[in-house]
Amino acid sequence: MMASPVKIRVEGVSKVFGREPAAALAKVRAGMDKAQLLEETGHVLGLYDITLDIRAGEIFVIMGLSGCGKSTLIRHFNRLIEPTDGRILFDGEDILTYDTARLQAFRRRRVAMVFQRFALLPHKTVIENVAYGLTLDGVERASAMARAADQITLVGLAGFEDSYPAQLSGGMQQRVGLARALATDADVLLMDEAFSALDPLIRHDMQLQLKDLQGRLGKTIVFITHDLDEALLLGDHIAILKDGTLRQSGTGADILAHPADDYVARFVRDVNRGRILLCGAFAEAGLIPAADAPVIPAETTLEAAFAIFAGGAPAVAIRGRDGKITGGLTPRRVMEALARE
Amino acid sequence: MTSGFPDLWDTRSFGRSLDAAFNAVVANWGPTLEMIFMPLLRLLTGIERGLQFLPWWVVVGMFCAFTYAVSRQWRPVIAVAALLVTLGLLGVWNDAMATIALMLAATLISVALGMPTGIAMSRSDRVRRAMLPVLDIMQTMPIFVYLIPFVMLFGPGKIPALLATIVFAIPPVIRLTDLGIRQVDAEILEAARSFGASPRQQLWTVQVPLAMPTIMAGINQTTMMALSMVVIASMIGAGGLGYQVLQGIQRLEVSRGLIAGLGIVVLAITFDRIAQSYGRRVQANLHREKA
Repeated sequence: MMASPVKIRVEGVSKVFGREPAAALAKVRAGMDKAQLLEETGHVLGLYDITLDIRAGEIFVIMGLSGCGKSTLIRHFNRLIEPTDGRILFDGEDILTYDTARLQAFRRRRVAMVFQRFALLPHKTVIENVAYGLTLDGVERASAMARAADQITLVGLAGFEDSYPAQLSGGMQQRVGLARALATDADVLLMDEAFSALDPLIRHDMQLQLKDLQGRLGKTIVFITHDLDEALLLGDHIAILKDGTLRQSGTGADILAHPADDYVARFVRDVNRGRILLCGAFAEAGLIPAADAPVIPAETTLEAAFAIFAGGAPAVAIRGRDGKITGGLTPRRVMEALARE
Repeated sequence: MTSGFPDLWDTRSFGRSLDAAFNAVVANWGPTLEMIFMPLLRLLTGIERGLQFLPWWVVVGMFCAFTYAVSRQWRPVIAVAALLVTLGLLGVWNDAMATIALMLAATLISVALGMPTGIAMSRSDRVRRAMLPVLDIMQTMPIFVYLIPFVMLFGPGKIPALLATIVFAIPPVIRLTDLGIRQVDAEILEAARSFGASPRQQLWTVQVPLAMPTIMAGINQTTMMALSMVVIASMIGAGGLGYQVLQGIQRLEVSRGLIAGLGIVVLAITFDRIAQSYGRRVQANLHREKA
């Protein structure tokens, strides 16, 4: 896989809420911590010195528990919240330099958002809701409606165009929210805990649908969640936030295999590692299995390798991306990988 | 002269100079102000003459059509028709039309001025802080106090009656417009911003529609307050049902006062029905349950 260009670059972004954020931030830089800052100055440290690269066409998950600043961070990407310090580059352009008119145009065409509690307009029908972004942009009504109808079909809600949001179930309402975000043809979707309000089965359907849509449309998606399983399922890259600071970012497998600190390690402890960790990471280069041993690609999950070992093979050969055998993997090695604390 | 409180400053001369200043305003500006407010008088007399000139069944028909248009239901339409016929049966039709004219003109102007004011209050805490005490004073100051300057400026008649009614009736629509807009779900407003809605688009596509049930409650209260002003306004020449009540007092005729009073009650119920049926429909649009 070739690394795609950086879509959104977050450089040293900090956010302090309060009357004199700049002065409070200076105190944090001088070493004051979050609790002390709140007690002594009444300022709340939302984010501190966040630096991230989000690549075009990936699903980038920002995760953390409530109050970690993830919702604050995602609102910086369309400037619903202004940073106290730092830069946010969108295709290399600093969006913080935009004036009101450019910011409006940017929000109308280049970035769209999906909300946790859907945030649909209750007095408008489904199709009017989906066309909302287009009508704000002055798109002529007939063509806005036609484009909205296409998106409604895409998310599987054809036939509900003239319903009102309150007539739909939660999952259907969030599909409307997704269709509304897709309708403006923005290449970045910001999803703020978009599936957290849905029940588990519906949530899983929506996750799969989102992956499928992203595969077809190639959007860049920034996804916020507090649910590690959701993060691991969806995220090409995952960033873990705590107390407004970035603890670790990388692929799900990286984070599971090499947690950067205790917090991350505790966080990922209960995850089903077999479903996330990849065979390639545990292949022993020195071990050359027999010629008739089964060959599996390096990006196979450990769980998928179980089936092959269950067939009786004492070892499997791991094939790298370039097609060469990189090493072998034994059941014992897999057990060690899963047992690692 | 003995007084319970020492005379720390000369209230008499303050009162005298205030009166003198106001008299000067009346002398210099009276005719000009009368010219400025002429269109209001035309609006009021236009509505009044129109209602009194049209045959009663046309007026009833118009009210029924309006009620249906705002409520999309037949029950309030039937109620409104029955109430208006009752007014005719009470023998106070023409007076009731004059009262309706005053009330409608006052309500229209109150809404036209009050909604923008309420919107301005909802957008700026500073405007809100400045307006709240003004509204409190407008609502607690005895109404007769407004009548003095208005009568001095315009002489007894319909214009001072209309203006005093507006001052008395406008606070609810202002307050509830402000409240309704401030109560709009912040996440929906944030969604509108995230899709690039300008402040004006946010106002007209999100804030006003979602605040509409609350704003309607304010308009309803404004209507009721305007109606409750008619008896007092009749003292300075507004005519209508209030004038009949006033005459009932002056001539000690219980029947005249009672019938005109009932007429006012019937009018109040009529307008309340119309406003509430509209309010219910707006509310239902916002919170439609599963069909």
